Amino acid sequence: MSKYNLNHLRELEAESIFVFREVAAQFDNPVILFSGGKDSIVMFHLAGKAFFPAKVPIPLLHIDTGHNFEETLIFRDNLVKKHGVKLYIGSVQKTIDAGRVQEETGYNASRNVLQTTTLLDAIEEYKFDAAIGGGRRDEEKARAKERFFSHRDEFGQWDPKNQRPELWNIFNGKKRMGEHFRVFPLSNWTELDVWQYIYMEDIEIPSLYFTHKREVFNRDGVLLSTAPFMKLKPEEKAEILDVRCRTIGDITNTGLTRSKADNVKDIIEETAAERTTERGKRFDDKRSETAMEDRKKEGYF
Amino acid sequence: MENNTYDSNGYLDMELLRFTTAGSVDDGKSTLIGRLLYDSKSIFEDQIEAIERASKNKGKEEADLALLTDGLRAEREQGITIDVAYRYFATPKRKFIIADTPGHIQYTRNMVTGASTANLAIILIDARNGVVEQTLRHAYIASLLQIPHLVVCINKMDLVAYEEDVYDKIKKQFMGFAPKLDTKDISFIPISALVGDNVVERSKNMKWYEGATLLHLLENVYISGDHNHVDARFPVQFVIRPQTDEYHDYRGYGGRIDGGIFRVGDRIKILPSGFESSIQSIDTLTESLETAFAPQSVSITITDDIDVSRGDMIVKANNIPLQSQDITAMISWFNERPLQVRGKYSLRHTTKDVKCMIQEVKFKMDINTLERNYEDKTVKMNDIARIQLRTTQTLFFDSYRKNRNTGSFILVDEVTNETVGAGMIVERQ
Repeated sequence: MSKYNLNHLRELEAESIFVFREVAAQFDNPVILFSGGKDSIVMFHLAGKAFFPAKVPIPLLHIDTGHNFEETLIFRDNLVKKHGVKLYIGSVQKTIDAGRVQEETGYNASRNVLQTTTLLDAIEEYKFDAAIGGGRRDEEKARAKERFFSHRDEFGQWDPKNQRPELWNIFNGKKRMGEHFRVFPLSNWTELDVWQYIYMEDIEIPSLYFTHKREVFNRDGVLLSTAPFMKLKPEEKAEILDVRCRTIGDITNTGLTRSKADNVKDIIEETAAERTTERGKRFDDKRSETAMEDRKKEGYF
Repeated sequence: MENNTYDSNGYLDMELLRFTTAGSVDDGKSTLIGRLLYDSKSIFEDQIEAIERASKNKGKEEADLALLTDGLRAEREQGITIDVAYRYFATPKRKFIIADTPGHIQYTRNMVTGASTANLAIILIDARNGVVEQTLRHAYIASLLQIPHLVVCINKMDLVAYEEDVYDKIKKQFMGFAPKLDTKDISFIPISALVGDNVVERSKNMKWYEGATLLHLLENVYISGDHNHVDARFPVQFVIRPQTDEYHDYRGYGGRIDGGIFRVGDRIKILPSGFESSIQSIDTLTESLETAFAPQSVSITITDDIDVSRGDMIVKANNIPLQSQDITAMISWFNERPLQVRGKYSLRHTTKDVKCMIQEVKFKMDINTLERNYEDKTVKMNDIARIQLRTTQTLFFDSYRKNRNTGSFILVDEVTNETVGAGMIVERQ
């Protein structure tokens, strides 16, 4: 490589930093959607770079389904404390208690879809005009069509057929009252890029991503963690295995991978050799062919 | 693939190449992308299963690779690509971003969008049909958007018995109108995306072809020169003021370098104020740099206490951009409402937001014949035209040919806030 050339991670980094600064300049009240997963952690790291040596001037918003891995919450709280950033929490339980949504029942009951209402309520309550998410275009086919700056109408809905063209690095964040934007600084990153970047930058991540012993059960070929609110079918048996998370969502839809990887380098090698997509183990996407597009139109992450 | 083992440190030397493919279903574009993804092991099992399931539902026997790129419900239902889809794959040498765009004339705006960030464009020609109207259109858009490298893939060579003559004839045909294009680097490759000839593996059926395979070309084309590293341009994006004890008086200018190279100590000029100063430091979270270059995102501090804000541009004192309120540009129109002559629009150029009025449409481009139309000057959706406009404030710019960042702008409708047009500034005549 020539002297004046960036490697692919540095080029992606430069693009994401540009997006963060553009959000800070174009919006009055942006927020970073923070789940405690690797993508949101990398996002926050990039935000730190965008505003250094100032603190990240954008608060975090965690949509809490109440079905979290405990490690994620501890990690979240430590990060908030360390960086002195404000954290908002949107509670799905509260949305349920208020009668805004109804809890699903049955074995595959999940609060995944319910999060949308909680998220839109939080955006309205705190008057956020841009919600920055860790979505990547390589994750899912509907996400492959997503813009960096993605417009949402006053109902929080996405109209995928009528998106604003996005050219060069010019982002149009103009909107009317009550509308907001979703912004995706990691649009062009792949799962492997994220892991390579975590390695290159030595970014701290929750222990769930590394191998650990956990009580799990097999449902339709996916290993799920046991938890007080997880009901096992009669034929399902819990067993203790060496597993790790490839993605971290809430417990009801996070499939675990059998693995002995205890460091980022091993994870990179596993990821490079992986034959299924990371969302292939997410129960929320398996519901239908256009599950993601349908949820996104309603205002999902 | 030549290399199946993954070197976990090798990626530190990987470069990023963005390329665009334009074409319609029948010229084999989806098959080509499918083959690149498949042969580089970038399609995953659950994606293949999902495609096989969907193909069966549609009554097809073989997996339809087009479904891989058509992600929206409407696209799947209608069997067409509506929007730009971005695809990713990597080899040990490079990471690739494909902007897969529909090739039909109705979707010119999507082709333009996909082309705006590309280093390279792949144009597919069906060997049975030779150069057609669509070929010309794609090549023109690649040239208009100043994509530095153009690769013409003459596809379906298996259907013309791998004849060298057919390849030569089409190449000659294409070169016949190449003088009308503003593209320096044009390559030709005879391929069969379906069979795999010259895509990843060398063709055994075309021994007469001695050039590179498509993947080899994608991995090795020289892209370090694609950024302008001569004319230093730094549009100020965001002013960073920590106001903490440690960084009490720190005032950094955050932005992305749009051209050239900046060094600590460089004598600089701030536009529009015209004040001169010197670069004190170039900062990032992890280190302070001596040198920074396009397209890095950095924070710059200067030695003098001068008022600088978003929309200003920092340049080298001895190399300043053009400046004017009167702009001549090629425009690609995106909106159902035609361009309004005498109409007012918001204009965003680098990090600067101004208003403008359209003065005149000089001509419309017939992108199928590359002829100028001076009669019909109504600029409708998917049209490309040369216009003259006047801005409320002075812009600091380069011609688009010189710098794709400082030479481009978008027009935004002031009522709907939609992005209605994309402009490429032409040199003043």
